[in-house]
Parts: sequence; structure tokens; C-alpha cells
Amino acid sequence: MSRISDKFSQLKSQGQRALMPFISAGDPNMETSYRLLLELERQGADIVELGIPFSDPIADGPTIQRASQRSLKNGTTVDDVLELVQRVRRTSQLPLVLMTYYNLVYHYGEERFVKAAVSAGADGLIVPDLPPEEAWNLLKIADAQGFDIIFLLAPTSTPDRIELVSKSSRGFIYYVSLTGITGARGELAQGIEQQVQAIRAQTDKPIAVGFGISNAAQAAQIAAWVDGVIVGSALINIIENYLEDEQLLVKKAGEFINSLKQGITS
Amino acid sequence: MAYYLKHYTGRPTPLYYAKRLTEHLGGARIYLKREDLCHTGAHKINNTLGQVLLAKRMGKQRVIAETGAGQHGVATATAAAMFGLECEVFMGREDIERQQLNVFRMRLLGARVTPVISGSNTLKDATNEALRNWVTTVEHTHYVIGSVVGPHPYPMLVRDFQAVIGHEARQQITEQAQRLPDYLVACVGGGSNSMGLFYPFVEVSQVKFIGVEAAGLGLNSGQHAASISAGEVGVLHGSMSYLLQQADGQITPAHSVSAGLDYPGVGPEHSYLNDIKRARYFSVTDEQALAAFNLLAQLEGIIPALESAHAIAYLEQLVPKTSREEIIILCLSGRGDKDVQQVSQIMEDET
Repeated sequence: MSRISDKFSQLKSQGQRALMPFISAGDPNMETSYRLLLELERQGADIVELGIPFSDPIADGPTIQRASQRSLKNGTTVDDVLELVQRVRRTSQLPLVLMTYYNLVYHYGEERFVKAAVSAGADGLIVPDLPPEEAWNLLKIADAQGFDIIFLLAPTSTPDRIELVSKSSRGFIYYVSLTGITGARGELAQGIEQQVQAIRAQTDKPIAVGFGISNAAQAAQIAAWVDGVIVGSALINIIENYLEDEQLLVKKAGEFINSLKQGITS
Repeated sequence: MAYYLKHYTGRPTPLYYAKRLTEHLGGARIYLKREDLCHTGAHKINNTLGQVLLAKRMGKQRVIAETGAGQHGVATATAAAMFGLECEVFMGREDIERQQLNVFRMRLLGARVTPVISGSNTLKDATNEALRNWVTTVEHTHYVIGSVVGPHPYPMLVRDFQAVIGHEARQQITEQAQRLPDYLVACVGGGSNSMGLFYPFVEVSQVKFIGVEAAGLGLNSGQHAASISAGEVGVLHGSMSYLLQQADGQITPAHSVSAGLDYPGVGPEHSYLNDIKRARYFSVTDEQALAAFNLLAQLEGIIPALESAHAIAYLEQLVPKTSREEIIILCLSGRGDKDVQQVSQIMEDET
């Protein structure tokens, strides 16, 4: 069992849902990311998605694009992000899921990437531009290392697709709540509950929902249907407001995560 | 499709023997495949008519497109107007500035032109933005990709719509010269006009394929768009091909005087043709392309698009190695009206 699966079953036995914030590693710098990760955990984050910034993030809206750019301006590399993971792992058992685009994994080398990620203490990987059809080699390598590769489903996914992704995904299934890109939205998309039920009919794996979730009320509403709630852009919007004062940035981000935690705790 | 290609686009386009250019270069006979004479001024319309027809058949009410030089945007806006679909074109802010005439044309044709301000503000970023828009609007929108790039099946789809160039050229050269050509030459950005010319000859091994990439300020300058000549294998926009990138896989912005070649990737099938050595890829600089732009205007009375001028420029290197009996077909992918303002600005700056 991976740290991710352990966390989901532990929460399930307590009747709770996972709160899963996303941050872009190195935004605005690695030291702040380190302190953010520990603070997010303290304030109730159950699993954290850690973005490795890529120059052309096609699944991301303007907020995460800007976060990636801020990090890349500091010259952030895959190794820098793995170093951050290693540093956090010294004192924390917080499950960490890396999120990046395939070209970075490809250049690092799939096997080398998985081994380095595992040895740093990362638990899984999401690659939005790598469909399961193209991921068989990465999956084979990751399975051998006990490293979770997580695949995505969307409102447009057909029953065949749901079956394939349910079978391929490890740790959990990432359900994209809307047809679109990442970014905070005023209102939740329609039909999330029905879609999640359709996925549940095919798999026992945990389902986490992301894209477009902006506040505690929305998180609470979604939590009723799923095993995990993913919040990215709304958190980065807060980070963006306090770039000048890193101490305050960490504090405000923590407060936001705490409010979401209150929202989803039953 | 055949109906629209004939009566709307004006196909078949002529295969023109460029006598004075041939005499000037003093080697193989040069034939120009006149895609510049297509409706809207470039080969792009061959693909957009096909894709917009598909969109209509799929019941979509709206099409979107990315554009660099604006030729693909104009061609998409044109087909959308003719078939009565809504159209939005994504275009990098820098390209909007250097291709204002095409921006105006798209607006005249009823399209919305959305400036893209991210990354290098050029074609790569416009493609990112079109993909982002498409995943949001896919229920009622078709994304008309303009080159042989992107996720499957786009590289095949665009190739098959552009293959009309090569099919016609093959028939025409057989009629005019009673034999097949020795060389096919075309510029390569994403690679749609070159793929369209090459593909119907792919089984004929004695016909040599030459793709000409944009070397910008020179391959060693770091300011170019020569993905095959100077890039590495990677994955961008849903396909694996040669890309301009840093050692760790971050994509580097391309540079070319020609907005239509200003893309850090190239079609996966071109990458394959390169790897199996069926096609060879070379590059010419901004300066060489500009010289060829002038040369063709003065010798043949044809102002080529800056993209096509790259192919012309390569003839200076190729022709001296050929004999007078040999035949070159060069794809003159577009006309240069859109570039006249930019070139006159460059010439002014130099004097």
C-alpha cells in the first residue's frame, strides 16, 4: 500500500474526505514552498499535489500558468523539486503527488524519473498530457517501484474511457469536474454527482475531484460525493496576493486550507 | 470537397516552369507549384475547407484556430464564413503586430481574433490557448489545426487534405515533362505544405525530398525555428517529434522573420521521414530568405510569402549540385502580399 492509498483508507474508516491542495514548486521560491508544505499539512491538508513547472502547461488556466512562470524564472528543475520533496520527507509523512507534463518526464527518462522520485520520498505522479494508452511503460516501471501513476477522467469521458482509466489509475482517480482548464470558478459545474456515480459503478478506487473549486462551501458540497477534494488555483490566487511578504503568504495560505478543512469535515 | 476545391479555391493550381529563375541558377529545371494562387493566398485553405466540412458534418456550430502568419487564420475564417459557422482565431500578440493586414482580413470575414499574451506571444502560445479553449468548448466547437502537428489524428488529417498539392503536381509534371521530378523542395514550419507535396511521392524512392527550415539569425544564435536541424526529440501538443528545447525539456521559443515558421516543433511524420532518411532537412537564415524574396519578385514577377522564400533560398545551395536535365518541383506555398509591409520596414531599417 502506498502512502496515498493508506491515507484514503484511513480517512474512509473515519468517514472523512481528503483535502488535497496543489501548489507549484518554487513559486515564488523553494524555501517558501518548503514552509508552505509544512503549513498546509498543519492546517489540515491530507495529500498535496506538487507541480513541477513546465513552459507550456496546456491544461492550466492563467493562475497556474503564472505560478509556473514565477517558478521557472528562478530556473526550477525536476531535481530542485525532488530535493524539496526529500527535505519535507525528513520530518513529514504527508503524501506528495507530483504533477507535471510529459516532456519533462521523457527528458529525465521514465525509469530514472520514477526511481529518483521514489528515493526522494514522492508517492505518485499526475501527467495530464499522457493518456493511459501511451503510459504502459511508465506504469510498468512505477508499479515495480510502488509509485502511483494517476490518470484523469472528465465530463466528456465515455464508458469505455471510464473503464480504461479506472483500471490504469493507481492510488486514486482524478475526476476533472468540468470541461475546461484549471482555474477558480464562481459556480460548480453541473452533474458532478452523477458522473462520480458512473465512475463508482466501475471501480472501488478513491475518486478525487479537482478543477474549478474555489471556496469552503463548494468544497463541502463536493465532499459529500467524493473521496478527495483538490484545490489549486484558488490557493495560488492567495499566494499571488502576498508575494511581497512570504511569512504572511504562508500564514494566509494556511488559513485558507483550514477554512476548506472545516468545510469538508463531517 | 472536390467541388469546393475546384470552384471555390481555384484548383488545380498551376505548375509553372520558372524559366528565368532556372537560367539564373544554371542547373536543374525549376517548376513552381503555385499554391500562392489559391483563394486566400496560400495552401492553408486546402485543409480548412476539409476540416470545416467535417465540423459541419459533426454538427458543430463553431470552429477555432491558431495562427502564426495569419494565413491559417484567414483560411479558417474564410471557410467558416462560407459554411456559416462561428469562428474564433487565437494569435500571439507579437504576430498580431507584424501581420496586421491578415488580422484585418479575419475580422472582415466575421471572425473574432483573440490576442494571446503568454510565453513568447507567437504561434506556440496561440496553439496552447486554442487547445485550452477547445477542451472548454468541445461540445459545440471543432478545433481546426493548421499544420501536420498536434494529437492524433490531426497530423494525418491535415496531411491527407494537403496531399492534393502532390497529387496534382505529379500529374502535371508527367504531362509537362513526361517524367517524375528528381527533387521536391518546400519550407517546413509545422510542415503542412511540404507534407502535402511529399506524401503522394513517398513510395517513389528516386524522388528526393528536401524540407527547408527557418534558421532565423543562424543555427548557432539560438534564435531560429529549425526543429529537425537543431532540436531534440520530445512531446508537445500531443505528439512526439523534434522540438526546440532546453536540456531538461522546457520548450524554447522559436524565432523566424516569417511568422508562419515561428514554431518550436515540427510534424511527427516529418520527424519520421528524417529518421528513416526518406527526406532531408536543411535550413536558411532570415537574411537568405529575404534575398530570395527579392530574387523571385525580380526574376519571375512573383512575390512569395516569406515562408516560401525559405524554400527558394535553399535553391542557391541545391541547384549547383544538379544537372540541366534534372527537375525540381518547389512548393510556392503562399504569396507575399501579407509580408510586403514587414519587408519594406526591414529594408528601411537597413538603409
